[in-house]
Amino acid sequence: MTIDVATESPALTSSTWIDVCRLEDLAPERGVVALMGGHQIAIFRTFANDVYAVHQRDPFSGAFVMSRGIVGTRGDAPTVASPMFKQVFDLRTGECLDAVGKEPLSLRTWPTRVQDGVVHVALAGADAEESP
Amino acid sequence: MLEAQDTQHLVVVGGGMVARRLIDALRSRDEAGRWSITLLCEEPRAPYDRVALTSYFTGRHPEDLALGGQELWDDPLVTLKRGVKAEVIDRDAKTVTTSGGAVLDYDALVLATGSYAAVPPVPGKDLRGAFVYRTIDDVADLRAYVEKRREDLDRPVRGAVVGGGLLGLEAAGALQALEVESTVVEFAPRLMPLQVDDGGGEGLKRLIEGLGVTVRTSTATSKIVGDRGTVSRMEFAEGPALDVDVVVFAVGVRPRDELARECGLEVGERGGVIVDDACATADPAIWAIGEVANIGGRCLGLVAPGYTMAEIVADRLLGGQGTFPGADLSTKLKLLGVDVASFGDAFAEEPGGLEVVISDPVAGVYKKLVMSDDARTLRGGILVGDASAYAALRPMVGRELGGDPAAYLLPEGAAAAPAGDLPDDAAVCSCNNVTAGEIRCSVTEGGCTDLAGVKACTLAGTSCGSCLPLVKKLVTTELEKSGVEVSNALCEHFDLSRAQLFDVIRVQGLTTFSEIISTHGRGRGCDICKPVIGSILASLGTGHILEGERATLQDTNDHVMANLQKDGSYSVVPRIPGGEITPEGLIAIGEVAKEFGLYTKITGGQRIDLFGARIDQLPTIWKRLVDQGFESGHAYGKSLRTVKSCVGSTWCRYGVQDSVGLAIALELRYRGLRSPHKIKLGVSGCARECAEARGKDVGVIATDNGWNVYVGGNGGFTPKHAQLLAEDLDTETLVGTIDRFLMYYVRTADRLQRTAAWVDDHEGGLEAIRAVVIEDSLGIAADLDAAMETHVDAYEDEWAAALADPEKLRRFGSFVNAPDQVDDSLAYVAERGQPRPATPDERTSGVLIAGTTLEVRR
Ligand SMILES: Cc1cc2nc3c(=O)[nH]c(=O)nc-3n(C[C@H](O)[C@H](O)[C@H](O)COP(=O)(O)OP(=O)(O)OC[C@H]3O[C@@H](n4cnc5c(N)ncnc54)[C@H](O)[C@@H]3O)c2cc1C
Ligand code: SF4
Repeated sequence: MTIDVATESPALTSSTWIDVCRLEDLAPERGVVALMGGHQIAIFRTFANDVYAVHQRDPFSGAFVMSRGIVGTRGDAPTVASPMFKQVFDLRTGECLDAVGKEPLSLRTWPTRVQDGVVHVALAGADAEESP
Repeated sequence: MLEAQDTQHLVVVGGGMVARRLIDALRSRDEAGRWSITLLCEEPRAPYDRVALTSYFTGRHPEDLALGGQELWDDPLVTLKRGVKAEVIDRDAKTVTTSGGAVLDYDALVLATGSYAAVPPVPGKDLRGAFVYRTIDDVADLRAYVEKRREDLDRPVRGAVVGGGLLGLEAAGALQALEVESTVVEFAPRLMPLQVDDGGGEGLKRLIEGLGVTVRTSTATSKIVGDRGTVSRMEFAEGPALDVDVVVFAVGVRPRDELARECGLEVGERGGVIVDDACATADPAIWAIGEVANIGGRCLGLVAPGYTMAEIVADRLLGGQGTFPGADLSTKLKLLGVDVASFGDAFAEEPGGLEVVISDPVAGVYKKLVMSDDARTLRGGILVGDASAYAALRPMVGRELGGDPAAYLLPEGAAAAPAGDLPDDAAVCSCNNVTAGEIRCSVTEGGCTDLAGVKACTLAGTSCGSCLPLVKKLVTTELEKSGVEVSNALCEHFDLSRAQLFDVIRVQGLTTFSEIISTHGRGRGCDICKPVIGSILASLGTGHILEGERATLQDTNDHVMANLQKDGSYSVVPRIPGGEITPEGLIAIGEVAKEFGLYTKITGGQRIDLFGARIDQLPTIWKRLVDQGFESGHAYGKSLRTVKSCVGSTWCRYGVQDSVGLAIALELRYRGLRSPHKIKLGVSGCARECAEARGKDVGVIATDNGWNVYVGGNGGFTPKHAQLLAEDLDTETLVGTIDRFLMYYVRTADRLQRTAAWVDDHEGGLEAIRAVVIEDSLGIAADLDAAMETHVDAYEDEWAAALADPEKLRRFGSFVNAPDQVDDSLAYVAERGQPRPATPDERTSGVLIAGTTLEVRR
């Protein structure tokens, strides 16, 4: 199966695509965490089979837990809710859509693509070099 | 005793409600321990809730009337002397002599002796069968007498209450509860002459007669006639005599100022110890508070002004300058189930008042507002039959009402449904200190239109979240008041409420989220609707919570079957039914904790919590536990948690039933039952209630004849005692009753609504729930029973099932692309011989990761 995912950003010249896992390793509407370039990156596959990568660190609690949040939608936006205090983020941009009464903080995101059934995440040059 | 060098001694005479408030206030403010306190109670018990005295006839135990906890009396600076009367005060020597002959020195003395019930000087007042209505002993004697008479006479007992005021109607309520045919005899031309006017009294009379109580106003009792020393007939100045077996005098109270009189303190013309607005008598060491105090020229027969006086004296004893602001004699009562309220200038005594009256004799409603002469400013009012506008109107006294005052009195009027009865300054969210007023204000002025908006604006409910149902209720009421239509939609994806969804899923037999959201919702769900549907599917017994798509619905706790902690690690709680565990079991748990370096703590639910497990360690830890015979404790689920028990009749000298045996049976029966919120049960082996069962959703207390079952209790944010659902059940009936109660709750409660709030919100309250559960008023009992049987039969240990299924175990990996790497974001420091998460400072300073002295395997 080959899915070309629209979240790929064309301007990523200095970044490197790194393969993470197979698409079938990802259960729809749940996350996993990957260790990439010294970062813990949460990777989600939505019901529509889009794949997104965000920081595993929940900016509100500081705990590395985002991959364990509930995946869903708010309007058209695919979302994940922090399992810690339930803040909701747009998976596409990392924007906080519901800060549950706190000052909104956003989540770092990384571009992704799926080629030949393999999920890739683009790390910026510096990030990629640290890769184990 | 812990007394500081310069501790002074306060003696409080009279163990009533007001005395208790004084001691409570003083002990919470006197942090330095400047005062040690001795309380002398003539009654053989600690202060209790006299206002709720009549509930003695519906509840069972005098203990139910206790005020607050035992902690106050365990305080080393407080000495409670029960059954001890103060006999003499020697002001020169500053001593009090007690009925036991002890002589107590005092630095300060507070008289809080309250009142005694007045008995009119009618012949026959001392016959057997004539009672007053003031103390627990009074009501206990009354009850015993009535029950005895009923046996002897073998016909319904007939009774009369002399006095048709607040107290008299309370007493009539008590006689009704004892199934006594009763008559209220009032000297004045109307009932409750002090609170309501003629119109209100007439409305009240009609309502009360409608309940089967005979009312005779403008009637003076002239004589009580005895038969062999026992009450048998009443005669009146006018009108026919009345055959009665029991008479209750409720003609008013007189201050118990005898101690003050005897030691030369000034008392009022009609009694009461004269005090100034600081509650001080002419003797600088002596104060008087509560009903015995004559303040501003009168004694006040309500508890609220007494509490204010108690606060003032507590303040003064610590050097403060509080003064009495004048009493608000507003009252709202439910007498014999009839609402009566009076507030402000209810009798239009201030000149130039206008009265607006609405009287509906058919509905039994009488409402009056007293307005200023321009009909704009509210001065006071009386509400009989429907006092729902009281909460909204009382704070408006002295303010402009705006609009036609009559609008406030119509049932559909703007003020007809005040949001709960919470005053604006009541703290609703105690984590973030948000009051009911601020929440209301965020809707009325802040422009918030939903719960999420109010949370963001006020921060209410954003920490522990336990106040959310209350916040929601306030917001809904406020929105409805301002004419906004409030939907009970679960979230943006579903227009149905949880209860409606439950029915739809059950009736249509839906089993997957995709099916449910495509037929009844929109989008792909969120962290609100997904867990709700996950829970509904689980309650309906449709298979393992992690089966297929269902795994995506679960919150992380349910998803990995452990409890997420602040640093991203999890805690593990094996089930220990009823809190009973063998030494081998304890050792097995200890060994697992030791091997995995887990922090261990005993929980309030009588089991053991193991903290600090990484997600990838959970299967290994559980493999060990399951092999040792343990199963999931569901500490992570919105489901049955524990059934707490005391040791019961097997060991305890006082126990009357085997509480541990029952607790284990109940825990095994309801384990794994998914519900709108967590459920806790408790079982005590006798009325001493060591298991604190009445703090649980379902509490069972052993009696000599079986079990009493109480429902709707909880600890936590708004602690609540469970209320009696049924008495003296045998074990089988008990289990059937709990089955139905729980199933009915599971089906109809809101998301995250605990049983207490559910009972409160349920139309008709506990009575209606009792009708459904015990009398099957909705005809669904068989269905509820069958649903519980299905649950019990289908139970499997979630952890054992997960361990047997490699597909389910996949979710526990650390990193998809590096399964052997361990999450290094977790860091621990040793404290009291166990690990705990490192603080941010400790992490940055690199103090240490994992223990040095501890063997912590991570
Ligand atoms: C049935 C009933 C219903 C009521 N309903 C309401 C209501 O709805 N709202 C409301 O506001 N109020 C109500 N009240 C009134 C309310 O209970 C009193 O205002 C309140 O209890 C007064 O408190 P207190 O502490 O001043 O006196 P009390 O509660 O009377 O306490 C005084 C205590 O002092 C003891 N005592 C007296 N002399 C001595 C001595 N020499 N030595 C040792 N101990 C002594 C007495 O035995 C008594 O226990 C009701 C009262 C009754 C009886
Ligand atoms: S509740 Fe009764 S049976 Fe249970 S421990 Fe306490 S005294 Fe004993």
